[in-house]
Amino acid sequence: MARHGLRIAALTYLFFLLVLPVALIMWRTFEHGLAPFVEALTSPSALHAFKVTLIVAAWAVVANTIFGVGVAILLVRHEFPGKRLLNALIDLPLAVSPVVVGLALILVYGRFAPAGGWLEDIGIQVIFSIPGMVLATIFVSLPLVVRAVAPVLEELGDEQEQASLTLGANRWVTFRRITLPGIRSALTYGVILCLARALGEYGAVAVVSGRLVDETQTITLFVEERFQNFDQQAAFAAATALAMIAVVTLLVTKLVTPKDAS
Amino acid sequence: MAIEVSKVNKAFGATPVLRNVSVDVSSGSLTALLGPSGGGKSTLLRVIAGLEKPDTGSVVISGVDATNMAPQHRNVGFVFQHYAAFKHMTVFGNVAFGLEVRKRPKRELRKRVKELLELVHLEQFADRYPAQLSGGQRQRMALARALAVEPQVLLLDEPFGALDAQVRKELRTWLRRLHDEVHVTTVFVTHDQEEAIEVADTIVVLANGEVIQAGSPHDVYENPVNPFVMRFLGPVTNINGHLVRPHDLELTTTPQPGSTQAIVSRILRLGFEVRVEMIIDGHDAWAQATRGTAQRLNLKEGTTIYVRPAAEAKLLPVHAA
Repeated sequence: MARHGLRIAALTYLFFLLVLPVALIMWRTFEHGLAPFVEALTSPSALHAFKVTLIVAAWAVVANTIFGVGVAILLVRHEFPGKRLLNALIDLPLAVSPVVVGLALILVYGRFAPAGGWLEDIGIQVIFSIPGMVLATIFVSLPLVVRAVAPVLEELGDEQEQASLTLGANRWVTFRRITLPGIRSALTYGVILCLARALGEYGAVAVVSGRLVDETQTITLFVEERFQNFDQQAAFAAATALAMIAVVTLLVTKLVTPKDAS
Repeated sequence: MAIEVSKVNKAFGATPVLRNVSVDVSSGSLTALLGPSGGGKSTLLRVIAGLEKPDTGSVVISGVDATNMAPQHRNVGFVFQHYAAFKHMTVFGNVAFGLEVRKRPKRELRKRVKELLELVHLEQFADRYPAQLSGGQRQRMALARALAVEPQVLLLDEPFGALDAQVRKELRTWLRRLHDEVHVTTVFVTHDQEEAIEVADTIVVLANGEVIQAGSPHDVYENPVNPFVMRFLGPVTNINGHLVRPHDLELTTTPQPGSTQAIVSRILRLGFEVRVEMIIDGHDAWAQATRGTAQRLNLKEGTTIYVRPAAEAKLLPVHAA
C-alpha cells in the first residue's frame, strides 16, 4: 500500500508540475490543426528570432567547446599557482543569476563604460547587439563542457598521451589521435548540454539584447514578447518548438551517455 | 655508450628523488635498475625518456645531448607498467601508430607491423582491441609498439609488475630471448632482485635516489658494497655481527677453527633444501643446507651444532657504512 501511495504521490506531483503545463501548451498550439502552428513560426519575426538564436547559440557552443576542453586539460594535466581559484571560478556562472550577468556585462561593455566606449569607437557595438548576447550566453553556459570533460580526462590518465609522445607524435597529433577519442563521448555530452542551455537562455540575454524586435530578439524573447502582446498563438507555437528541441536534445544525450560507461 | 646519465638531480617539490645520479649503459646491453619502491628508479627511467626534466645534470643518448630534447624527438621506446594501450585502436593500430606518425608508406608499414606481431606472437590478434586481450598479451603488444619505431634504446618501467607470477616468469625468459634476437639497448626497472639477476647483464642498484652499486649480477650478488645491497640481492643471516649468505655456512657437530656454537631451534624441509634455524647467544640465525648434510649431521630440534662461514664466503660487518 505504501509503495502505491508513493507512486501516486510522485505521479501526481509530476502531472501538475510537468505533464499538465506542457500538454496544455501542446493542446493550445495544435487546437486548430497544424496550419496555424506553421504560419506562426514562419512569420518574418519568428524566423528572424530563430536565426538570432541559432547564431548566438552556435558562437557560444564553439567558444565554450574550445575553452572547455582547454581549461579541462589545464585543470587535470597541469599544476600551477591559482589552479584552485580557476577551478572555483568555473562554477561561478551556475551560482550567479543570469540577470546579474547581463547587468555586469552592461557595466563593462556598455557605451558609457571605458571598454565598451573604446569598442564603440572602433565600430563594434557589444551591448544591444549580437556580440553582447553571445558573451552573455557564453557566460551562463561556461561550466558545462569543462565539467563534462574534466572527470573523464582524469580517469583516462596521461599514460596513453606519454606513450604517444615517446612514439614520436607531437602534442597536437597526440591530442587529436589519443586525447580526443578518449573524451569524445563526454565532450559530445557537454556540447549538447551547452547547446540546450544556449538555446533556452532568457535572463542574461534579455538584459543585454535590449529586446529589439527583428533585431536582437531570440526565440525565448519572442515567446515572451508575443505573449505580452496577446498573440497567444505565436507564443505557444514558438514555446512548443523550443520544448520539442529540448526533448530531442535530451534524447540525443541519453543515446550518447551509455557509451561512457563501456 | 648508448646512454650516459651524469650528475642528475631531480626533486618533486621539496623531496629529492634523484641525487647526483650517474649511470652509463653500454650499447646492446640489458640493464636492470633495481631497488626498493620510492628509490627513484622509475623517475630515472622517465628522465632518460624525456617524460621528466632533470633539475640539473645531463642525459646523452647515442652521443647526442638529449637533456632538453622533447620525448618525441628522442627515439626511445617506452613500455609502461600498466601497458598504456591505446584503447580505441586495434592491436594493429597500436603497433602501427609510431610508423603512421612518421608517415611511412602503407606497404612498408603493413609489412613491419606484421613482422612485429609475429615477433611477439600476436599475429592472430591484429584486429582485436586491447580490452579483448589478457594482461600478458597487452604487454607484448606494448613492446611491439615500442619496437616498431626502431628505437635507439628501449625503456621498460616495471614491465611485468601488473602480471601474475606465472605469466611474469614466462615473459621474463621471453624478454631475455627477445633481447638476444633484437639486440636493442634495453633498460628495465624492477624491484624484484630475482627478475634482475635472471634477465639483466648489468644491474644498477638505486636506493634513496642514489646509485649504490653497479655491475654484473654475479658481481653485485657476490661482492655487495654494503649490507643494504647484500640484503636486497638475496637472503642473509647474521653470525657474530657479520652478514653472510645462509648457503655459505658450514655446519659441523664438533667445534672447528673459527666456528661458533649454536642450538638448532627448527628444521624446515623445502624439497631438496633444508632450512636450519638456530639460536646463537640468544640471537636467531639460519643456514641453508642440503638434505644430505642434514641427514649426515642427524639434525634435530635442540641439537648443539657448530657453524662457520665457508672459506670463500662473503662477510660484511652488519654496521658497515
